[in-house]
Amino acid sequence: MFAYIVRRVAYAIPILIGVNLLTFYLFFVVNSPDDMARLHLGVKRVTPEAIDKWKVERGYDKPLLYNEAVSGSAKLTHTIFFEKSVKLFAFDFGHSDDGRDISHDIQQRMKPSLAIAIPTLLVGLLINITFAMLMAFFRGTYVDVSGVILCVVLMSISAMFYIIGGQFLLGKLLRLMPISGYDTGLDAFKFLVLPVVIGAVSGIGAGSRMYRSFFLEEANKDFVRTARAKGLKESLVLFRHVLKNAMIPIVTGVVVVLPMLFLGSLLLESFFAIPGLGSYTIDAINRQDFAIVRAMVFLGSVLYILGLILVDMAYTVVDPRVRLS
Amino acid sequence: MIMPVILWTDALVFLLVAVVLSFVLYARSKPHLRTPWRHVLGSRLASASIVILLVYVVIGLLDSLHYRAALEDNGAGEEVHYGVEVLSVLDYLLEPLHTRTEKTYSSPFATHLYTRETIQHPDGSQTREYPRLIWGGRHLADPETDFARDIRVRVATAGLQALLLTGLLLVLLGVWLARRSRHSLGHAIRSILAGRTRIPLRVILLTLGVLALLFCLALNLSTAYHVFGTDKVGQDVFYQTLKSIRTGLVIGTLTTLVMLPFAILMGILAGYARGWIDDLIQYIYTTLNSIPGVLLIAAAILMLQVYVSNHPEKFETALERADIRLLFLCIILGITSWTGLCRLLRGESLKLRESEYIKAAVSLGVSHASVIGKHILPNVMHIVLITVVLDFSGLVLAEAVLSYVGVGVDPTMNSWGNMINSARLEMAREPVVWWSLLSAFLFMFTLVLAANLFSDAVRDAFDPRLRQR
Repeated sequence: MFAYIVRRVAYAIPILIGVNLLTFYLFFVVNSPDDMARLHLGVKRVTPEAIDKWKVERGYDKPLLYNEAVSGSAKLTHTIFFEKSVKLFAFDFGHSDDGRDISHDIQQRMKPSLAIAIPTLLVGLLINITFAMLMAFFRGTYVDVSGVILCVVLMSISAMFYIIGGQFLLGKLLRLMPISGYDTGLDAFKFLVLPVVIGAVSGIGAGSRMYRSFFLEEANKDFVRTARAKGLKESLVLFRHVLKNAMIPIVTGVVVVLPMLFLGSLLLESFFAIPGLGSYTIDAINRQDFAIVRAMVFLGSVLYILGLILVDMAYTVVDPRVRLS
Repeated sequence: MIMPVILWTDALVFLLVAVVLSFVLYARSKPHLRTPWRHVLGSRLASASIVILLVYVVIGLLDSLHYRAALEDNGAGEEVHYGVEVLSVLDYLLEPLHTRTEKTYSSPFATHLYTRETIQHPDGSQTREYPRLIWGGRHLADPETDFARDIRVRVATAGLQALLLTGLLLVLLGVWLARRSRHSLGHAIRSILAGRTRIPLRVILLTLGVLALLFCLALNLSTAYHVFGTDKVGQDVFYQTLKSIRTGLVIGTLTTLVMLPFAILMGILAGYARGWIDDLIQYIYTTLNSIPGVLLIAAAILMLQVYVSNHPEKFETALERADIRLLFLCIILGITSWTGLCRLLRGESLKLRESEYIKAAVSLGVSHASVIGKHILPNVMHIVLITVVLDFSGLVLAEAVLSYVGVGVDPTMNSWGNMINSARLEMAREPVVWWSLLSAFLFMFTLVLAANLFSDAVRDAFDPRLRQR
């Protein structure tokens, strides 16, 4: 098991190098730092001095890959590639284009992101499993058919409509909770209810339908038929045999997204003005802050790979038949 | 005088149409492809959604024929100058909607503006009141008394027209069926109405009837009123949402067209060649997959913005600039979404290369290229097809989210994402401006729902695992 994890982590390194090279290419080769400076300072009527000043302030004035001007190992380290890309491997994200410490920002903003993402995941999971079990229990009847149709209808509605509609209905018309905002500590609760409810509801369509197919897959297997033939009640069959086995794909599906929860939800956070990592990313994109986007790309890939490793480990825990080698 | 303009996406759209049409012709001649399609057409929900999708496609295609109209001749008449505005055939058909702009917001079927204005009277006094619209209900002498009657007349006319149109369609379908089944016309019409046909023609007719009613209503009402109101700058919202159809369809289909060659080639190659080629391809798609999609799209679009703002001379009109951004968005979405299909194809061809008929072909000395082309490719096409239709609705939905994040289509382009984005602020107004959101919702929801129902039917018909059950 341990050797396997070590190998998987080692396998992750070339992937991260690939991600790093790709972002470096996109951000520094396709468009030179001069282009970025011009975009920030306005294309017309910008002096070369202003561009140089902008670049020096942000450390973009060095050569890309190889610095002729200095000696020794500094030839390689005093370059944009080393300072902006290689340092990411040490989780040193540097400063954003307007001079803020990115690592500090990320630590600050992780908590609100998790405060939304974890309850949304749990509430959604509970609703989806219950709904899917209900459809599986009544499979082939009108309850099942209308449930599936409801799922397809819910799936066909854009997440934006759920958010705008939910804010309007619950926040503005019924005045049940504040429309947006955030607070620290326990006061955050009243701000979290609406995004969590909307986040969970918008996932019902796709989630329940998928879980239903997991349940039906198990319900058609031989051991379930045997259990039924023994005279076990349908509800017992469903809970004891079907649910337990269908939990394998459900749990692994959840585990793989767990690390990504840190990144938060782009839409929910920015609509509800929650100072998490999702809204941080959106703000960075809108302000065209390349340093933050670069940092988030790297962080995102690290978390994605972490999710893949976790899911392999989760398989051995929930399914004893799987052995890692 | 007009000058045809072929935008990049137009060319690709028509290429796509050609590909689809040739596939249809090909599939008609092959019994193993005809059977599952017959299965799809046999499903009531699927055939109704095909009709709806086709209507969307026709609108999208009309909107893909672009031209620039000649400016008014000043009499000298040597060189013809063309306007900078690129129009489409749809714009031409919808000219009344396109040109009749109001001053600002007006609600659906309104005859007066949504906001009060100070009006100077001839005697010098001033009052705050809602002014009449320039176009909406301008034929009414007195809106308060005439409005209800006018609407009743128009709705009744539309109903009659739709009834006639549906009757005509019934006869046409009957003639077609009678010719195919060599029965009399009366027999054919009776079997359509009784729902005894193999393709559910009754459901198709019903869908067409509903669409005909909506079409006639739009024809009668939208020429005199703004049926979905007007937006902040007074443009007709109905026109905007019709124009958005093309954007949605282009994103949903061109993305697939762009990624398909890569995904198929790489997937089959990885599974068939194995060894270091397999490792390399797996490495490429794991790397691409591990970058969060939105961030990769954002990074690429930011880079495009830098490029466009530094090279303004390459784009003659605003629409060309918007178009190149749309194309670029499709390419980037394609890059982020080909990995799933590639992995599926790799797995399937790994399995296929161990099968006996392929081993036999290889040992008979058939070249690798023709093994891939003749034996593997046809046997993975069902996976390709299922993925393509399943992806479509997701891509249409993704457009809205990306436009909100600010990395979607150009803000000047008509798209549902941009409409929703502006509706976000309108919903916070007092009093609420809700019609933009509603019309974007209705049109987008119908398209995505139809696509979802269609893709379910396609999956059920083509997936061999599902077919056995």
